[in-house]
Amino acid sequence: MAGSAPTADAQDATDAPPRPARAGVGFMSAVSALVRKDLRLELRTRESVPAMFLFSLSTFVLFRFGLDRETLEGDLASGVLWVTLLFAAVLGMNRLFVAEREEGGFDAFLLAPVDRTSLFVAKAAVLFGFLVAVEIAAIPVFSVLLLGPSPLQAFPGLLAILLLADIGIAVIGTLVGALAIQTRARDLIVPLISLPLILPVVIAAGHATAPLFAEAGAEALPARWLGVLGLYDLVFGLLALAVFDFLVED
Amino acid sequence: MPALPLDDAGPYVAGAYLVFLALILIYVAIMASKLVRIERELVELSDLVEGRRAAAADEERDAERSEAVPR
Amino acid sequence: MFGRGLRTLSIASVVLVTGAFALVFLYAPNDADQGFVQKIFYLHVPLAIVALGGFVAGGVFAIQYLRTGDRGYDLRSYVAIHLSLILGLGVLATGSIWAKASWGAWWVWDEPTLVSFLIVFLLFACYQPLRFSIDDPERQARYAAVFAIIGGAFVPLNFLAVRLASSLIHPRVLGTTGGSMPGEMRLTFLVSLVAMVCLFVTLWKYELASKHASMRLRRLKRALAGDDAAGPLARTSAPTQI
Repeated sequence: MAGSAPTADAQDATDAPPRPARAGVGFMSAVSALVRKDLRLELRTRESVPAMFLFSLSTFVLFRFGLDRETLEGDLASGVLWVTLLFAAVLGMNRLFVAEREEGGFDAFLLAPVDRTSLFVAKAAVLFGFLVAVEIAAIPVFSVLLLGPSPLQAFPGLLAILLLADIGIAVIGTLVGALAIQTRARDLIVPLISLPLILPVVIAAGHATAPLFAEAGAEALPARWLGVLGLYDLVFGLLALAVFDFLVED
Repeated sequence: MPALPLDDAGPYVAGAYLVFLALILIYVAIMASKLVRIERELVELSDLVEGRRAAAADEERDAERSEAVPR
Repeated sequence: MFGRGLRTLSIASVVLVTGAFALVFLYAPNDADQGFVQKIFYLHVPLAIVALGGFVAGGVFAIQYLRTGDRGYDLRSYVAIHLSLILGLGVLATGSIWAKASWGAWWVWDEPTLVSFLIVFLLFACYQPLRFSIDDPERQARYAAVFAIIGGAFVPLNFLAVRLASSLIHPRVLGTTGGSMPGEMRLTFLVSLVAMVCLFVTLWKYELASKHASMRLRRLKRALAGDDAAGPLARTSAPTQI
């Protein structure tokens, strides 16, 4: 496997002076090509999204018996939903760069005359897409199986929270996935690092969702928490753009 | 009124400061074990160097003696 | 040379820490609400501030490592985070003791600073496993730097989120900045803080000097006795050369 052994050339490449700016391919076309590659791969192999969805489903059933409750509302419902989505997201992070590493995609990418940041943007977009796909399937199931109050009232607010939280999870997930892919204990490192990092997202999203699932019908969406989610996305998005290059240097 | 009178609070305060003391002492102990390793390696190295120097001196003496014998 | 100034720093630490503890027990008045238990504050809070500062400093050194490629910064970053983890254990233990004494439980989820600290501690506890699971030293340093930068930025954001999550329900028991403390208590707190910073820097330089000494010793061994005598390097999470 071309990607599995750190080669001597890779060492030299990092010591070499920075390559001149690549003007070969536009940034957006590189991103869209990478996204299309990953989506095609997912459509053919169906590795990530179905697994993430099935995992969410089993976790809902687990919570049903673990908590011994037939319906949930308020902060309990919000907590169950977010913990489940988070664990499902960790599964997706674990798989995100596997094809790159095992099939030599990193080498091919590094040879291509494109900005390395495009890989980050593409992978974050793909993970975001996976999360949205899982949520489209899992949230209706959650509201049928476990949620007490009707989710329809909560829908617009929930959409905004999901959007902001998914961006945060996708950004962190891509960073952690790239960080862990070259380590020996990838499947251990990913949850260990990503869970504490995503905790603020769970705190904010959980607090924002809880009033939407209130027993007496959806209450107003706390804008403060959307602000925290937005700030988190912004800070880690910029940070990730700045440091991601260092993770694909070899 | 304070939350806890002095008699009850004393052990907790003492406990907290003892935790700190223990932490620093454990750290010193760990560093001490590293110092021992450095010392051992340094002794090995200096023995090696001295051994070499002694061997070189012996060789020189042997060489002088062998030159001296035919005369 | 990492050991430069270590002697002065050690003496300063001894004087400052002893002086701070003397101030705590002989000079500062007992707190009106908490009584004698509040003395833990002068240990716990400076320790926590220094540990968090150490994590952030680890991130700053990591930025410098990525900018310059100088392995010395990787070593500095590693030792700062390593030391902060050790002090972090002390923060959690003293915080827990304080919680037991003033609220009657060993752990209180209402105390946002303690909870945020636990989360930051959990994140940085993954730093060494991450380093340990990467073989190539150059890649180990680079990936650890990326992790340290992310972690450094995570510290303030996490505090914001946890503080917001509990501030509405529970008023803060004690301001950590000392805004409303009487003069004697504030002076004691500031001296304790300076003493703790000094102690941290001393231990940091101490460990840097020790690590540097063993690296140089290994090089000397290799030069004198050949590569075979030095033996293969044991796998480690610490930087092995600079």
